[in-house]
Amino acid sequence: MSADVVDAASSPRIASMTTPWPTPTWPVHRRVEHLMGMPISLAFRGRFAGHDRGEAAWQEALEILHHIDRTFSTYRPDSMISRLDRAELRVDDCPPDVIEVLELAERARQQSAGAFDIRRRGLDGDVHLDPSGVVKGWAVERAARALEKLPDTDFCIAAGGDMVCRTKLPSAPAWRIGIEDPNDPDRVLAVVPIHNGAIATSGLSRRGSHIVDARTGHTPTALASVTVIGPCLTWADIDATAAFALGADAARWLQGREGRQGLVVWSDGTPEHVGAGTSAP
Amino acid sequence: MRRIVLWLLSTISCLVLLFGYHMSTSGPLATSASSAILSGTTQSFTSSNGTRRSSRSGSGSTKTSSSGSRPSKTTNVTGSVADTQWGPVQVELTVHGSRISKVTVVQYPTGQSLDLQINGYALPILTKETISAQSAKIDMVSGATITSTGYIQSLQSALDQAGL
Repeated sequence: MSADVVDAASSPRIASMTTPWPTPTWPVHRRVEHLMGMPISLAFRGRFAGHDRGEAAWQEALEILHHIDRTFSTYRPDSMISRLDRAELRVDDCPPDVIEVLELAERARQQSAGAFDIRRRGLDGDVHLDPSGVVKGWAVERAARALEKLPDTDFCIAAGGDMVCRTKLPSAPAWRIGIEDPNDPDRVLAVVPIHNGAIATSGLSRRGSHIVDARTGHTPTALASVTVIGPCLTWADIDATAAFALGADAARWLQGREGRQGLVVWSDGTPEHVGAGTSAP
Repeated sequence: MRRIVLWLLSTISCLVLLFGYHMSTSGPLATSASSAILSGTTQSFTSSNGTRRSSRSGSGSTKTSSSGSRPSKTTNVTGSVADTQWGPVQVELTVHGSRISKVTVVQYPTGQSLDLQINGYALPILTKETISAQSAKIDMVSGATITSTGYIQSLQSALDQAGL
């Protein structure tokens, strides 16, 4: 992990740039650390942002992510998941966190008609365990608990483009989240204001083909990206990945998911809003 | 080397910010957000300052059909004007059957951004054209899994640098 801490608020050169829109009363402080092969970004404002207590909460959030990485990483041969995959451990021997993740994954598999599955066939022809499609959002939600303890402090914590947003200050402006254009990552397709909630995006634009439809083993080609907005990041992240895996059925499937909203971008670049079901018919 | 790259990036961010100014005043955000939200029993809208208001209907109602078997019909429903501390806000819904197919803000306080929320979460406000991040007044970027290698080129890094 590099110690690449960026605090733009304390940079006099950038601070001298006045923004052309009304700025919130509290300045936004930012932190970035690289962990689990992705940037972990924090934006926070309010009473403890930029103060010792805020820093301590940020360090605690990072420590939570470190701990989860040690347990769940498929890149670490000594992780719980790697040992489980090699059948050196039984599920019953795993700590509650591992069981919780495996149960979440099983629910996601059932609810996506098998398109989302953490067990998939590797290059060696064997079936391997890779729960990263569940762990990322779940981990950030856990890490956010450390920041949640800061009174009168708004925050937005992101891991590689998936994030938890929280506002506590009275009449705080919503966090404004841009949805990246999958065909041009320097631009945004849409803006989502979120006071309290989560947003996750799945697509292929960064890592190449890393999402497959577990039923076929193929990468869907119908979509460029799927963004899901919902109350919790664990399920926003799972649903974004599952919807992407479902390919052409993504928008229809997401429509039936209670409490979710989203933006499906088809492979030709056409965006489609998806609303959330809120009540029984 | 890394320092130089970071410095360059932040300089570029500042330049883009300057150019972005013009775009942000010419209203790059669409004034309507089309959506397909299944209507619930109560919809509430939150204006940009966080004031929550029920969408008491003015010239119509958004009653949901409990039978669900009626033929779909498209109607426009205009909400009453809500006074917020920023000024009046009025919203029009296009309802198709029991679904909201479009949300249009017919009146909103000048200069205020459109933060439309339904059921506590926000609707993506689709931009008419894709816009550069710097002109969109955004805090963070949600995108397909951003890895550390791709990070330095990514939008999120520009935001982290510029502290926008």
